[in-house]
Amino acid sequence: MTPGIDVSLAQVAAALVLVAIAIAVSFWQRAGLEEEIGIAVVLSFIQLTAIGFVIQIIFDEDRLVFVVALIAVMVGFGALTARRRASRVPEAFWPLVVALGVAATGTLGLVVALGVFEPEPRFLVPVGGMVVGNSMTASAVALNRLGDEVHSHAREIEATLALGATSTQAAAPIVRRSLRSGMIALVDSTKTTGLIFFPGTMVGMLLAGADPEDAVRLQLILLYTLLGSVALAGLISITLAYRNFFTPAHQLREPPEP
Amino acid sequence: MLFELDGVSVARDGRKVLRDLTASLPEGASCVAGPSGCGKSTLLRLLNRLADPQRGTVSYRGHDVREVEVLELRREVCLVPQLPALLEGTVADNVRYAARLWDRDPKVERLLDLSGLDASYAERDASRLSVGEQQRAMLARALALEPDVLLLDEPTSALDEGARGAVEATLLDLRERVEISIVLVTHDLEQARRMSDWVLRLDRGHAVEQGPAHELLPA
Repeated sequence: MTPGIDVSLAQVAAALVLVAIAIAVSFWQRAGLEEEIGIAVVLSFIQLTAIGFVIQIIFDEDRLVFVVALIAVMVGFGALTARRRASRVPEAFWPLVVALGVAATGTLGLVVALGVFEPEPRFLVPVGGMVVGNSMTASAVALNRLGDEVHSHAREIEATLALGATSTQAAAPIVRRSLRSGMIALVDSTKTTGLIFFPGTMVGMLLAGADPEDAVRLQLILLYTLLGSVALAGLISITLAYRNFFTPAHQLREPPEP
Repeated sequence: MLFELDGVSVARDGRKVLRDLTASLPEGASCVAGPSGCGKSTLLRLLNRLADPQRGTVSYRGHDVREVEVLELRREVCLVPQLPALLEGTVADNVRYAARLWDRDPKVERLLDLSGLDASYAERDASRLSVGEQQRAMLARALALEPDVLLLDEPTSALDEGARGAVEATLLDLRERVEISIVLVTHDLEQARRMSDWVLRLDRGHAVEQGPAHELLPA
């Protein structure tokens, strides 16, 4: 616990009143989300408590190999989760593993090399978690869009292939649109940050008693880091995954309906 | 022979579309005719390798198409699909896009003229054209590749009678002005007779008959 804040389990339990409101709204409006909300609450409690213990061990050990192992596990779970969202993309798992892995190692390596953060677990673990989490969301959105675009524009893609275009040339417009849709949420939230919402890191630091100026600077560093990692993850996942829609002879594996 | 198919079988979603098909298509104008679902569009897609058969071989001018460089094959044997599928932009943008794929400098006005469109169409938004006009823009785009063979998949199926006659006239005129072979897919035997020298009739994935149009489809 940081010196500036001490949170008891009773306080966490008190926050469950807000969850009760969410369940009540769902029940009242027959949204059918009561069970899902319950599962989400239980899972979040178990997962965050477990990861809290893991992070505590990594901080106590203070060895980079544990950081690498934790990020590798996050990349694996992130790729599995994103693959479920991108169900229309064939064999999406490995492109996602590569995308999240490169985004995590690339951006963390760069911020350490630039002297933004010290190469210590207390910096690398939380930043790595945010990088993998945001990259996963962006890649999932981008690949989901890619799958939809390939199916809805199969006729246009095949008409372009019929002119002698390569699969890369035929897919270029949908690759552009998919990358854009993966990145746009973070770009928009970066534009409105501080005006419409306070980002999580800044809120956490302010609650923990940090100086607002420090909280803002750290938040800016994280936002810029996330922009880079999300762009990298989106680009890599799409660049690797779109090829799975085509054969080596530049044919669509699932041609349009006749 | 322009194309030869030897023992070709294709299945899609577990359904046999072409069954052990052996057929030939000579240089000039040929028609692949038959009812809906007989496999004629599938056959057309085999000719420039938009798809490959599960069994059998397809030859183009004596060469197995799988041994020809696939992109060069598609430039030489260009397919115009049944439904218009133009890219965003003007008609000229579409024509130039195709030409640039092959480092060609397109003479847009001439290509539009060959396709039955006047020069004013060049700067028109492709998405705002009628289906018939889009079909012609697709033809102009294909001609920008300077192909040896045009594969036309039911080019008039979405058109009314007047527009159909105009597209047919354009294609007949094109053959007079440019040295090019045409393989046209149609369900309309009258159109097959009007438009081709050679006819291949399909039914349920089999070749029913093939030969000179004037013999198989006398007026």
